[in-house]
Amino acid sequence: MANVKQPKGVELRNISKIYKDPKTGKDFYAVHNVSLDIAPGSFVTLLGPSGCGKTTTLRMIAGFESPDEGDIFLGGEAINALTPNRRDTAMVFQSYALFPHYNVFDNVAYGLRLRKVPKDEIQRRVTDILQLVELSGMEARMTNQLSGGQQQRVALARALVVEPGVLLFDEPLSNLDAKLRVQMRTEIRRIQQKLGITAIYVTHDQSEAMSISDNIILMRGGVIAQMGTPTEIYYRPNSEFVADFIGECNFLKGTVRDVNAEETVVEIDGHPVSVATEGARQESPGDPAEIVLRPEAIAIADHGDLPCTVELSCFMGSYQNYHVTVGDTLVKITDNCPVNKRIFDVGEKAFISFDKHCAHLL
Amino acid sequence: MSRRQSASLDRKKFFGDPVMVVTIVVLITLLLLFIVYPLAILLVDSVLVRENDLYSAADLAAGKLEWVDKNGAPVTADGDAIFARLTAVTEGGEDRFVPVYAKPGVFAHQARLKDADGTLYIRVVNSTDRVVWLDLSRLMEVDATPMTYKPNGRLIKKADGLEPADICVQLRRNNWSLDAFPRIFKDYTFNHALRNTLLLGMLTGFGSLLIGLLFAYVDVYVDIRSRVIKKLFDVVSMLPVVSPPFVLSLSMVLLFGKSGLITRKLLGIYDANVYGMWGIVIVQTLTFFPVVYLMLKGLLKNIDPSMEEAARDMGATRMKVFTTVTLPLLLPGLGNAFLVTFIESVADFANPMIIGGSFDTLATTIYLRITGGTYDITGAAAMAVVLLCITLVLFMIQKYVLEARTAATLTGKASRVRMLIEDKSVRYPLSALCMLISVFVVLMYIAVPFGALFKLWGRDYSLTFKWFAKMFSEGGWKAFKDSFILSLIASPITALLSMIISYLVVKRRFRGKGFIEFTSMLAMAVPGTVLGVGFIRGYAGGIFRTGFMQGIYGTGLILIIVFVVRSLPVGTRSGISALRQIDKSIEESAYDLGAGSGKVFTSVTLPLIKDSFFSGLVTTFVRSITAISAVILLVTPRYLLITCRINEYAEKGEFGVACAYATILIMITYAAIMLMNFVIDRFGTSRRINGKEGA
Repeated sequence: MANVKQPKGVELRNISKIYKDPKTGKDFYAVHNVSLDIAPGSFVTLLGPSGCGKTTTLRMIAGFESPDEGDIFLGGEAINALTPNRRDTAMVFQSYALFPHYNVFDNVAYGLRLRKVPKDEIQRRVTDILQLVELSGMEARMTNQLSGGQQQRVALARALVVEPGVLLFDEPLSNLDAKLRVQMRTEIRRIQQKLGITAIYVTHDQSEAMSISDNIILMRGGVIAQMGTPTEIYYRPNSEFVADFIGECNFLKGTVRDVNAEETVVEIDGHPVSVATEGARQESPGDPAEIVLRPEAIAIADHGDLPCTVELSCFMGSYQNYHVTVGDTLVKITDNCPVNKRIFDVGEKAFISFDKHCAHLL
Repeated sequence: MSRRQSASLDRKKFFGDPVMVVTIVVLITLLLLFIVYPLAILLVDSVLVRENDLYSAADLAAGKLEWVDKNGAPVTADGDAIFARLTAVTEGGEDRFVPVYAKPGVFAHQARLKDADGTLYIRVVNSTDRVVWLDLSRLMEVDATPMTYKPNGRLIKKADGLEPADICVQLRRNNWSLDAFPRIFKDYTFNHALRNTLLLGMLTGFGSLLIGLLFAYVDVYVDIRSRVIKKLFDVVSMLPVVSPPFVLSLSMVLLFGKSGLITRKLLGIYDANVYGMWGIVIVQTLTFFPVVYLMLKGLLKNIDPSMEEAARDMGATRMKVFTTVTLPLLLPGLGNAFLVTFIESVADFANPMIIGGSFDTLATTIYLRITGGTYDITGAAAMAVVLLCITLVLFMIQKYVLEARTAATLTGKASRVRMLIEDKSVRYPLSALCMLISVFVVLMYIAVPFGALFKLWGRDYSLTFKWFAKMFSEGGWKAFKDSFILSLIASPITALLSMIISYLVVKRRFRGKGFIEFTSMLAMAVPGTVLGVGFIRGYAGGIFRTGFMQGIYGTGLILIIVFVVRSLPVGTRSGISALRQIDKSIEESAYDLGAGSGKVFTSVTLPLIKDSFFSGLVTTFVRSITAISAVILLVTPRYLLITCRINEYAEKGEFGVACAYATILIMITYAAIMLMNFVIDRFGTSRRINGKEGA
């Protein structure tokens, strides 16, 4: 089995990249003052909408772009001025970038041949890695005779086989269909954990990011919006943008009435609701507050904390989808397993309530 | 914000890649040396009048060595540089003090007084402007000093009994003046040639445009059911690629000349005259219209049929659709095609040479100025500059204005298949016209081998091999061998160079990229004759007349270089379009996996554009072996080239031998193209990638 020598940590220190806007001709920051510390062996995802600078950041780590400010360290060494071929990184490209003139074996062996690895060792390592990505027996195929998923595996094998200090993924699954995408991301995660390799993964798909990473770095407009584990990002977003980008979200505006160690009481349209107090944050009574609520964390019933009016009620199979208004605010609710519950119709009055630990104050 | 850091990092990465740095430096040097320099020297030459004056070296020859400094004062100190006094031969001329060298050649260094006992040299020029180093102690030996003159200007030959007083040498005097241009513009021959050239370009341009448009329209819009016509179209569009440039001129003379098969035998006209303007126009039109046909065909295919259907639907007649929709959309493309033909016509040398008669164009006038009795090099250089300006300006308009506009109007892909015109009143006349022209063209090509096989064209049409026999007995083998070998050497060099250039242009970012791209394309706009004159002026006396690289002049090497320069733009263009289709990340992934620039190019890029590389190989070979305009000025008797021989025999009126050469030449080029198609089909990348080969 291919063993990773030693996974390397990646550190970005105040990285910026300036591009010229092709229309206005003005310079702008594609990436601005980004600092990151990625632990060896961890799986980190750069997530964000298109144009947020995530791919540029990845390409700076690979060496295809040079940062305008700041330094990049790989395993503690500054690699700013190194050309891509001298960096201990291997990248899996969005388009796979398989060499169309080589067969599967030669594609995977390419990096090893460059490193002048002896023939029998190449044979052994390529066979091992192809087994790992479940492509044994396909060595002689040309790459155009493979399905999208298989091409993806070849690209992965080709990057893995050189045992890089860090593995880079540039939206590797975006060319696959939805089902295959789910399958492949589980696969990638399995292999990464088995080998204990450091991986940096770029995607704009939040569910992909959640399911695969140890840590997510959410970027927007060239800066980091939030960093943290998937759970932190999901339940404790630090801005409306983050909350909205990661899954569906409701925002309820109100005023803080009372704060203690356990809970913070917020008044919305004259109705008090309580939210668990988070250690680091301290609101004081009278402050405006915004509660972030996931649709699946809200219960709808005849009795509860906040009165509401049902605007839309729609059966979706695994859940009942409601749009209700609380005051003037639209709130989306997904009520799971609705079979035996009371179903509210459009126009009905109802109440919503939520567990204080599922709510978060912005 | 400043991008200084990324710039400096990019620079560090760039210099961390020695293969790339060396490649770029070598490329830029080559382009400077063999494209920019010869053209620049033409400009210099047209404003710089060089006169060679005779000076008596009697004192030096007699051994009366008296060293002075550059002002003529005696030298005393050991370390001072020494000069020799030469007296003017002409009455009233001033004496010159020329530097004396201790070592000749490129790394010559001037002698000091302490070196005066060793061998000493002075630098003079010979009658063809070449630099000659004269050994002062051997001035009296004719073998050692081949370029000494008698005071009357006559070259000293072996048989002359020599006296020291006889020995004179030539020195150059530079005179900057703009005289050459007013002089040639007052020159009757030049004015005539200029007018002829422009007129010819116009007529040929319009002629080719008309026929090319007709062919393209019929091919794309009209329902041609006949397989024969389709096949004919293919043949006609391929013929000018395979054939040497002057084949049509030869057959024109054979078919329509004084003893032409058609004029005399069929029509009974005894005083037909094909020589002159109309002869050239017809020949050039037939040679260049397939280029227009191919260009317009591509554009017409890109026009969305639904646009024309919409016009039809709103009540436009077919003619109205053509004039209001198709033609306006095509207009920039037509302009583009017109200019391309215009440039080709203006630059054409071989056809005006063979059937021009007294109708001289700029290209032929320049050639005659240099090879003819007058040897007016300044005049020729000035004319070459004028010719270059014409083609360059047109090239710029074509490349940067019209090409962009063509791309802007016709980028879309046709959304659906076009309904072909089945109307008989359109179909019959148009396809008949195309058929007629195609048959005529094919007929003209067929006339050539028969010209080589008939005993005496116009009189005796019995078959014979005597012209072939005569060809081989008069240096035919050597001509084929020389042409073949030189072209064979030039083709891999060109193919590789153009692939490297296109790789750099498409895939890499670096300073000087614009220069490389522009210069390698520039060669397309430079007429062969101009390039030839540039090489003569640039290398006959070495670079900047220092004698450096003088050695390549008159050798096979310079011919190979000219072949390479002439074919480079074609190869580069095809390489660029092939590379644009390859996803950048394929190379990046090789780079990322640890391959350096050289390795990325050889292991990924080159294999992927193998087809383009191979077709570049063959195209260069074909272009080189059929080239004439530049090489005819540079070839020396050491090498015989097929094309030059054809020109020679055609000039002498021995059309049988000329046709014999042309026949074999066509066979060689045709075989090369067949080989190319076979190899690409059999071993090409596209075949493997398209998966025609089983796993």
